[in-house]
Amino acid sequence: MFKKIYILWLRQLKRYWRSKPRMIGSLGQPLLFLVALGYGMGSVFRQAGQGNYLNFLAPGVIGMAIIFTAIFSGIEIIWDRQFGFLKEVMVSPMSRLEIMIGRTLGGATVAFLQGVIVLLISMTVGFWPQNLVGVIPALGVMFLVALLFTALGIAIASPLNDMQGFQLIMNFLVMPLFFLSGALFPLQDAPEALSAIAAFDPLSYGVDAFRGLLIGSSHYGLGFDIVLLSGFTVLFIAIGSWLFSKIQI
Amino acid sequence: MNIIEVNNLTKRFGDFTAVDDVSFNVAKGEFFAFLGPNGAGKSTTIEIMTTLLSPTAGQITIDGHDTIKEPDAARRAFGIVFQDPSLDDELTAQENMDFHGVLYDIPKEERYQRVEQLLKFVELWDRRNSLVKKFSGGMKRRLEIARGLLHHPKVIFLDEPTLGLDPQTRSHVWIYLKNLNKTENTTLFLTTHHIEEAEHVADRVAIIDHGKIVAIGSAQELKDKTKTTSLEEAFLLLTGSEIREERGSIASQRMRMWHGKRS
Repeated sequence: MFKKIYILWLRQLKRYWRSKPRMIGSLGQPLLFLVALGYGMGSVFRQAGQGNYLNFLAPGVIGMAIIFTAIFSGIEIIWDRQFGFLKEVMVSPMSRLEIMIGRTLGGATVAFLQGVIVLLISMTVGFWPQNLVGVIPALGVMFLVALLFTALGIAIASPLNDMQGFQLIMNFLVMPLFFLSGALFPLQDAPEALSAIAAFDPLSYGVDAFRGLLIGSSHYGLGFDIVLLSGFTVLFIAIGSWLFSKIQI
Repeated sequence: MNIIEVNNLTKRFGDFTAVDDVSFNVAKGEFFAFLGPNGAGKSTTIEIMTTLLSPTAGQITIDGHDTIKEPDAARRAFGIVFQDPSLDDELTAQENMDFHGVLYDIPKEERYQRVEQLLKFVELWDRRNSLVKKFSGGMKRRLEIARGLLHHPKVIFLDEPTLGLDPQTRSHVWIYLKNLNKTENTTLFLTTHHIEEAEHVADRVAIIDHGKIVAIGSAQELKDKTKTTSLEEAFLLLTGSEIREERGSIASQRMRMWHGKRS
């Protein structure tokens, strides 16, 4: 059983490693956010008495890299379906749950790696974690967030037949999840309506946990973040597995 | 003993009945051809038999395993060469083969041996480390066939296996399949539009049209019944000579609509 999950996982990593243009392309956006917003808004942020904006922003941009890659990895099953490869997997003597686990782990690993690269990039443009010991648990939370959104991606993609819904998913799900999560602005001073919405956004807790571990400031509290992130992950994996098991080709 | 039993299989898509109360059996070790014009219900039947689609009504067992109640046991008993491409383009030929071998629990040593043997058989061994996306259509097809034969299942579904192959490769593949059928007693379930090919290789033939089986028996029996001299003539007599519109997958239907709008 582990061998099959492993080979599914390995396949995703090979595909990731071989698509260098995609890998590099998907780093452009986080870099742009770090440089343009991090440097550009820095003085305004400081004048408002909020401290160093780049330090505040970097965990948010790491979250952004993870959510984009993770949902995209989950949605990749639509490609597998269009190019026929999904059939090869679906007729094999492997349970739907094993396939779902293999895919989720593979996609999450790719998203996690993408997050690590953004962490390293942000450290080259001026971000520095408050204490380096916090980086290790932060990596753990990054993987958890990656799992959460890969499972969500698979759940969304399972009932879809083609890529026509892709723009819809990007504009009405991924973008709002990112922009409303508090990745770019502090939630404590945000209007009530906005913080209320953010409270329903799993990414809020992910970014908040990164900040707790990397810069030592957390809005919700680290323990609460991790409990909620774990809860969302279990929920999305369950929904994803159920929807995936219903796939007809 | 029947290795495949199909009982009262029905599949509806909305108002359209693709497969209409179909029943037939295939004996162990039989070379069975399943023929029909485009849109007759062949592919839908195979998709249901291979657990990719669930039936509206009816029951199928493969090697004694109900495809709905014990799908994993049924899946273990068969292999399939799909009509449409189903390779991972971003992997190499060998990686595609290995992937398949792992999914079907073939022990490592045996896997390496068989992968080498089969890749040599389809003359892709020298290209084993090339990405599949660099392959031509014919090469991809050969790889698909090699992959479908990698694990030695009790039943092999061959959905238009020789589509797009040159005559040399085609005859090569038929010899291999007939040999497999003889030495390992593998049951072969074939669909093809090359009726003469089916006449040549199959022990028994079923002809499906408008979702129903219109004739079943050996090629000789069908010829006798229709008083024709070739299976192709018998086929045309039984299914008529008008050209059919294929229903196809949702994706190709969309594509057709899209083209329709533009033209």
